[in-house]
Amino acid sequence: MTEVVLTPNTEIDIKIEADVIKPDEFAGKSKEEIEQLIVWQGPDQLPLKNFFDVKGQGGSSAEETFIMIKGDVARVKMIGAEMTAGKITIQGSTSLKVGAEMKGGEIVVEGDADSWAGTEMKGGLLHIKGNTIDHLGCAYRGSWNGMSGGRIVVDGNAQSQIGGGLTGGEIIVNGNAENFCGIRQSGGLIVIRGNAIRAIGAEMSGGTIVVEGHITNFTPGMQYEDEQYDLCFEDIECGGVFKKFTGDFAISKKPKGVLYAGKEANLEL
Amino acid sequence: MAATIAIKNGHVFDPLNEIDGDVMDIYIKDGKVVPELSDAEMKDAKVVDATGKTVMPGGVDSHTHIAGAKVNSGRLMRPEDSYKWNRPKTSITHGGTGETVPSVYLEGYEYAQMGYTTAFEAAVPPLEARHTHEEMHSIPMLDMGGYLVLGNNWFMMRYLKEGDIDKAAAYVAWMMRTHKTYGIKCVNPAGVENWGWGKNVESLDETNIHFEITPREIIEGLTEVNEMLGIPMPVHLHANNLGHPGCYETTKESLTIPSKVKPNQDMGVEWAETKIDPTKDKSIYLTHLQFNAFGGTSWRDFESGVKDITDYVNSQDHVVIDSGSVPFGEATCMTGDGPSIHDVAVLTGGKWSNCDVELECGSGVCPFTYLKSNPVHSVQWAMGLESLLLIDDPWKTIMTTDNPNGGPFTKYPNVMTWLMSEAYRNETFSEVHKWANDRSTLGGVSRELSLYDIATITRATPAKTNGMAHRKGSLAVGADGDVTIYDIDPTKLDVTANYNDLITKFRYADYTIKGGEIAVHNGEIMSIPERRTYYSDIKVDANEEKKMLEDVKDWFRYYTLGFENYPTPEKYLVNPTPINVNMEK
Repeated sequence: MTEVVLTPNTEIDIKIEADVIKPDEFAGKSKEEIEQLIVWQGPDQLPLKNFFDVKGQGGSSAEETFIMIKGDVARVKMIGAEMTAGKITIQGSTSLKVGAEMKGGEIVVEGDADSWAGTEMKGGLLHIKGNTIDHLGCAYRGSWNGMSGGRIVVDGNAQSQIGGGLTGGEIIVNGNAENFCGIRQSGGLIVIRGNAIRAIGAEMSGGTIVVEGHITNFTPGMQYEDEQYDLCFEDIECGGVFKKFTGDFAISKKPKGVLYAGKEANLEL
Repeated sequence: MAATIAIKNGHVFDPLNEIDGDVMDIYIKDGKVVPELSDAEMKDAKVVDATGKTVMPGGVDSHTHIAGAKVNSGRLMRPEDSYKWNRPKTSITHGGTGETVPSVYLEGYEYAQMGYTTAFEAAVPPLEARHTHEEMHSIPMLDMGGYLVLGNNWFMMRYLKEGDIDKAAAYVAWMMRTHKTYGIKCVNPAGVENWGWGKNVESLDETNIHFEITPREIIEGLTEVNEMLGIPMPVHLHANNLGHPGCYETTKESLTIPSKVKPNQDMGVEWAETKIDPTKDKSIYLTHLQFNAFGGTSWRDFESGVKDITDYVNSQDHVVIDSGSVPFGEATCMTGDGPSIHDVAVLTGGKWSNCDVELECGSGVCPFTYLKSNPVHSVQWAMGLESLLLIDDPWKTIMTTDNPNGGPFTKYPNVMTWLMSEAYRNETFSEVHKWANDRSTLGGVSRELSLYDIATITRATPAKTNGMAHRKGSLAVGADGDVTIYDIDPTKLDVTANYNDLITKFRYADYTIKGGEIAVHNGEIMSIPERRTYYSDIKVDANEEKKMLEDVKDWFRYYTLGFENYPTPEKYLVNPTPINVNMEK
């Protein structure tokens, strides 16, 4: 695997849209060619070298290309958007839409990611070691076709609209979530290891949500089924006792959505 | 100022002049087609070499939804329609977004890129006329007009119930002038009024609430008034029960209603010198036949009912239709037929918007995705093509997608290519649900339309149908200098192997010339030409109008706005171009 190292070389004013930062674009390109790749800043199109020092060159293919971003890119949007293979490591935080619509390969964010991380993702792995904000793996505004494949792992917290319109794939949040997690979900799996606030699984018609911690305001359209122990979804395990619900009956007569809530944390349910 | 242009050596397809691929030159001066240019004029003329290319009149869309309140509701409801479909601005164009409900500028550019120069908004609710004109004001590249929705209007229903045809006519004339609209649109007559009470009408002889008028009486009355006044186009009908399995029977019956009405077109215009008589010869213009021709009794035994209707249309001379074809993919259903859109929304379980337009009509909007894997959608695809292939005479058919109900107008090239290529149809059959073949007759149709037929159903017939053939839809002397040049060599046309190429060529015209100005070259916008808005300025007896206005002012207490604020002034229109109608009065 060939490594390309990008080091931020300037303070960025208006956030840049850098969906060119992905193995698919870098593959087969020399250092100079990578430096000339175009990013958008507001209405302007500027070369990548205005924002990053580039070291190394792309591999023979996307699979063979590893991009290392050394530093904080909290003002760089869309890193790894639509990537199909290879790997990107960001040694800091990043802005909106990291890994949006990615189809394969791997992105590791060592810091935090802004909203819309992994939106409408189709495959691959997105690992955020810090926190993220809203719309993690979610559908775009107005659409109910969200993430359809791949896996997102967040070590910290995520906020609202996690996996909105999820149709496939897995989202695992090791911290807490807030509102509307799995809204309009029709497939796939969402695991929240911490607590959640409200409207969890609202309007879901399929798929599975697990909340191990406490849910502040439980979704009214969910129907209690029974208790289950030590859940296992292939390689994803959720230990302990869970209350199993189906729903959302507010949207359909025979919904196939399943919501597990940790029993210990939700004794009032 | 429009340039002088000579288009040399193209294969010209001009059905209104019965020119079928002859190699000839077309000359345009001062925005109009002229027989020839003098030597002096030739020196200054811009010469376009069309050798080995297809030359047609500019495209005319006689049924599309691109301006007005419901289109804008579609835009507001559908951010997801825009975010992956966006075009940056250039030195002469605005940026724009939206696949099925594009922003106004993009609508004009994309029509022009396909070679279209004229488009008519198919449904203008009177109260929304101002909004519609405001949008049309901002749609570049296209000559436009709009059809006024009158099928559930309180005054119309009252006058027709009372049998007061003179007052009804006076009302129509006044409304067209007041709202600067062009023809009569009739949507689910009597049914939309019932929708205000959560109901619909099921048959042509069911009376509606309060007005106690039947759809049959409304269709009879409107067609009578229309021909009495000599309005440029026939009544434009969206039949009852649309979108429900079995609705083809209602549609067929509706078409029989005006069979005895004699078409009358009484307008004071300069006529282009076409070889074929361009005047109105139909008494009803049925829209989106596909949506009006659902067979079966439920979604389980759903089938195409198109053949029943096309058999009838083949046997009669008073009907012209547009197809409302379905090219698969994203669509936004929007119509004045509130109850039918409600049923669509219940089916999809998705977003839905509904509107009651006071004393006049209603509307609904609902996003829709046509899937090749879906049995019903697959049949609808077949039905949209049946509508155009089973009617033998292309002078009775117009190609549309009921944009954006069946799909966006940017997919016209696909529809045109399906019509021209059985191989392309067969390829699609192999990708879609088997119902497409099992429940329609399309699989057994081997007819392939020629470029001449395509020019007929996208230029000549729509222009002749909506009364614009005096200046649009042909390259006759005196016609507007609107020309499309496609990079298609008719002598080397191979629709069996090269149909994908054909789609691209139709999508991006080599040249679109509007009023003698080169608007598009190589699919790129080159200039923003002048354009016009047409409306019918209908004369009626002043006494009759006065009596009618007393009624209108009396019932204006039911409106939420004042009578003085009702009309749309001409300043809302781009180059307002009234067409004088009912000249005898």
